[in-house]
Amino acid sequence: MDLTFSGALEIAGLIKNKEITSVEAVEAFLARIDAVEPDVHSYINVSADIARERAAAIDSRLSAGDDAGAFAGVPLAIKDVLSTRGFPTTCGSRMLEGFVPAYDATVVERVNDAGTVMLGKANMDEFAMGSSTENSYFGPTRNPWDLERVPGGSSGGSAAAVAAGEAPWALGSDTGGSIRQPAALCGIVGLKPTYGLVSRYGLVAFASSLDQVGPMTRSVGDCAALLGLIAGHDPCDSTSIDEPAPDYLTGLDGEVKGMKAGIVKELSSDGIEPGVLERFNATVKALEGLGVSCEEVSLPSFEYGLSAYYLIAPAEASSNLARFDGVRYGYRTDLESDDIWEMYDETRAAGFGGEVKRRIMLGTYALSAGYYDAYYAQAQKIRTLIVRDYGRAWDSFDVLVSPTSPSTAFKLGEKMDDPLTMYLSDICTIPVNLAGIPALSLPCGLAEGLPVGFQVMGPPLSEAKIMNVAYALEGVLGFEPRPPLD
Amino acid sequence: MAISIEDVEHVARLARLALSEDEKETFRRQLSDVLEHARVISEVDTEGVEPTSHTLPLVNVFRDDVARPSLPTEEVTSNAPWAADGAFRVPRIV
Amino acid sequence: MEFETIIGLEIHAELNTASKMFCGCPTAFGGAPNTSTCPICLGHPGVLPVANREAVADTILLGLALNCKITPRSIFHRKNYFYPDMPKNFQISQYDIPLTADGWLEVEMEGNNRRVGITRVHLEEDTGKSVHIGESGRIHGADFSLEDFNRAGIPLAEIVTEPDLRSPEEARAFMQLLRATLEYLQISDCKMEEGSLRCDANISIAVDGAMGTKVEIKNMNSFRSLFRALSYEDERQRFAIKQGETLVQETRHWDDAAGVTHPLRSKEEAFDYRYFPEPDLVPIEPDPAWVEELRGRLPELPMERLRRFREQYGLSDEIAVMLTSEKALADYFERAVETGQDPVELAKWIAGDLVALLKDAVVPIQSCPLEPRGLGELVALVAQKVISGKMAKEVLKEAFDTGKGPKEIVEAKGLSQIADAGELDAVVDEVIAANPEAAEDMRGGKEQALKFLMGQVMKKTRGQANPEMASDLIKKKLT
Repeated sequence: MDLTFSGALEIAGLIKNKEITSVEAVEAFLARIDAVEPDVHSYINVSADIARERAAAIDSRLSAGDDAGAFAGVPLAIKDVLSTRGFPTTCGSRMLEGFVPAYDATVVERVNDAGTVMLGKANMDEFAMGSSTENSYFGPTRNPWDLERVPGGSSGGSAAAVAAGEAPWALGSDTGGSIRQPAALCGIVGLKPTYGLVSRYGLVAFASSLDQVGPMTRSVGDCAALLGLIAGHDPCDSTSIDEPAPDYLTGLDGEVKGMKAGIVKELSSDGIEPGVLERFNATVKALEGLGVSCEEVSLPSFEYGLSAYYLIAPAEASSNLARFDGVRYGYRTDLESDDIWEMYDETRAAGFGGEVKRRIMLGTYALSAGYYDAYYAQAQKIRTLIVRDYGRAWDSFDVLVSPTSPSTAFKLGEKMDDPLTMYLSDICTIPVNLAGIPALSLPCGLAEGLPVGFQVMGPPLSEAKIMNVAYALEGVLGFEPRPPLD
Repeated sequence: MAISIEDVEHVARLARLALSEDEKETFRRQLSDVLEHARVISEVDTEGVEPTSHTLPLVNVFRDDVARPSLPTEEVTSNAPWAADGAFRVPRIV
Repeated sequence: MEFETIIGLEIHAELNTASKMFCGCPTAFGGAPNTSTCPICLGHPGVLPVANREAVADTILLGLALNCKITPRSIFHRKNYFYPDMPKNFQISQYDIPLTADGWLEVEMEGNNRRVGITRVHLEEDTGKSVHIGESGRIHGADFSLEDFNRAGIPLAEIVTEPDLRSPEEARAFMQLLRATLEYLQISDCKMEEGSLRCDANISIAVDGAMGTKVEIKNMNSFRSLFRALSYEDERQRFAIKQGETLVQETRHWDDAAGVTHPLRSKEEAFDYRYFPEPDLVPIEPDPAWVEELRGRLPELPMERLRRFREQYGLSDEIAVMLTSEKALADYFERAVETGQDPVELAKWIAGDLVALLKDAVVPIQSCPLEPRGLGELVALVAQKVISGKMAKEVLKEAFDTGKGPKEIVEAKGLSQIADAGELDAVVDEVIAANPEAAEDMRGGKEQALKFLMGQVMKKTRGQANPEMASDLIKKKLT
């Protein structure tokens, strides 16, 4: 049995049954990390020593018969956008190189409480801005299915780590598709929860009204389990929904017969690669085979989603990233300056990479006097139209489906010179964030040797339902996330 | 929507970013492209449509007025590029 | 040309909550730099704000006291600009939908009432403090600033008035009344010198009813500097207009030492705050029942109390204003009145000697060593002619210094006046018997003799004879 290609539930069971120890599990993954990191580069910082210590501590608690949490001793990768007390948190930016947070993100606290063991902080596009993980100050991550290609982004490190057997599961964050698109490109499961279901406290903000933390896993079962650990009310987040999260795992029964799925016309025709479309259509057939009636539906305002997103997200980002100024933490220019404004300008010019600066510029422009109404305010109204389109769809459909990404993994460098083309990678995932609804990407096979993702969307707080649809599909698709890496 | 170098310089000042001449030109071109693409949204009739800044129906989320311990002083400045006697040191404000 | 001064004020009051606006750090004034800070108020990556319910309640309470409408649904905005005293380089504030708006506060000015419009009262977070360290003696500009974020995130109520004030005197009177209002509501420490109450002003001169150029004045840290700065600016603008100069719309800084305002120069270009709704906070929709509960908590406000003091106790304008300027002082007075003594007398003693003693000793009225009951005792002793007014001043001072009751002091020192007719009668008889010549002169109508005999009576009683009674007795016996 190859431990590094086992799911988290499976590993948890092995540890619980004393078939393996947590230290053995952690060592297996650390060995795998040693073996493939030079090629894949999923992690910015690997916390090998801390992980070994923690695993040993958990093992001794378990052997003493203590309850060490539902996932005691199970390794985990955490996207480097989540604050980890005492361990560097860089957001893939020079700006935070060497920054050591004073507190744990709420989700980090929760996975710790469940007994998981952090293997390290996963690579990402700088401040979660990007769709390829090429925008990391610490170098790009490569797709385990083809090292010439990107893993998607911004949670590319988390996705690649899970796909390459460097972690059984991982936490990612999704603002416009940053969990789902890399999950699709790396052939794993990724879920963006309903806005407000998972606490954002300690998630370094990109676009506050769109950001959510979510699971990236090898299976739908693991996805349900990890979501169960992190979901639920947090008094430290004013936008946290004050309702208990259900037990997602027990809800997975594969009973989907009689459900209705809408195929979103705007997201599954124009601009979608033929190989992706073929896999998508085959998956729709599989869904029909499960007794789900599928029918095309038009959501006309989706046409404007991308434009609205690329005004709203940069606008919020321009404000969220203003705090990186070289005063209280992080990078500060070496330039000897006796003028605070010059210190700011030079610090931010050197501390941020090109994509981050581009979005700060775009967002500042969209909010500036004279342009606010035409850009930011109008984009927020478009958002209302998208919410309404979804709302109408839920009258007729249980779930909506589309490809997760218009293409499979593209080559490194292919889109770096053309931001607009890069932005189009998010076309299928963005409307979900704008409306705050949950969506999942399920690997649905390969197109020319590269994974394709199938996106399942549902109404607010319908995570259990969309995971159940994915669970049923997973059973009939039989996809095994095991890239030909070795 | 084409934007000028002056627009780029003005925005860079607001955003506190020093830009090289090359960067200014690159951003001018790229921002113009993105804004040109975004022009489609200005054609949408949004008369009477309320903007959505939150997708949540939440209101009145408060905390009780209870003081908690602050951060230990050594942790306050431990990440600071330049600190002195517990305070953050910055170039003068002109 | 007819000139009219037009003034509007923008006031910031720190609310005296236990914790900061969006985090649990304590709000205590002073302390070593950055000892009241946490990841949230330091703007660390990933933190989120959660609004302090009490700060919202305080702001609504203030809005109610200022006759404002409570906004059914208000939101927070981000005000974006870079400044080293701002941890996030944006301030969480309110913009076009403040918590409360559209009210008024009426100020009495020498019998004239001026109803000053309140544009809005909103809630925001305070900034930190920059301390400039100059080493100007060096050739290299070694100047730098130190940033302390203890103040950053303390809740701040911003009160904006309509341009309804017509003179520096009115502006000062308004500010004093507003301070008293905040103090009565017990929602702010109101210390202008410590910066917990701050005031900026807009001033312009309308010429023949035509709007003038608006100038903003900053850095007025006391009522006195508010008055002086506005008087200076009023003069400066009137003079400029008379000279035919064009005034510039600008922000000017009040230099208290030099007694002048000068233009505030900054390398920063005109601000563009890029306000947008704060996505990390949700709207506030005050429950009408909550608002009513808060309304029920409104105390009698300074102007109402002032009017009542005049009517109910017959106090003069001046004394009523003084006593009601501070809630604790007015409370002290009313507790003293409960002793049954004459309110006018009590008020005079408080407004005169007691306030002077408190001021000298830098003691707030709340910690006055002389209880209101003690003051009643003192006034009673004077009314009953046990001691004279002059003696009472000394007794008050001693009571203040030692914390002993006036009665106790009078008895211990044997200070009480001999106002007992029988006792005094005997003393007068003795004095007449011992000074027959003077008695004779007195019978002959010599004024000098009365003074001499009075002196003898005082000498014999060691000054404790009631002078009025003694004089009456001598006259009765010798005329």
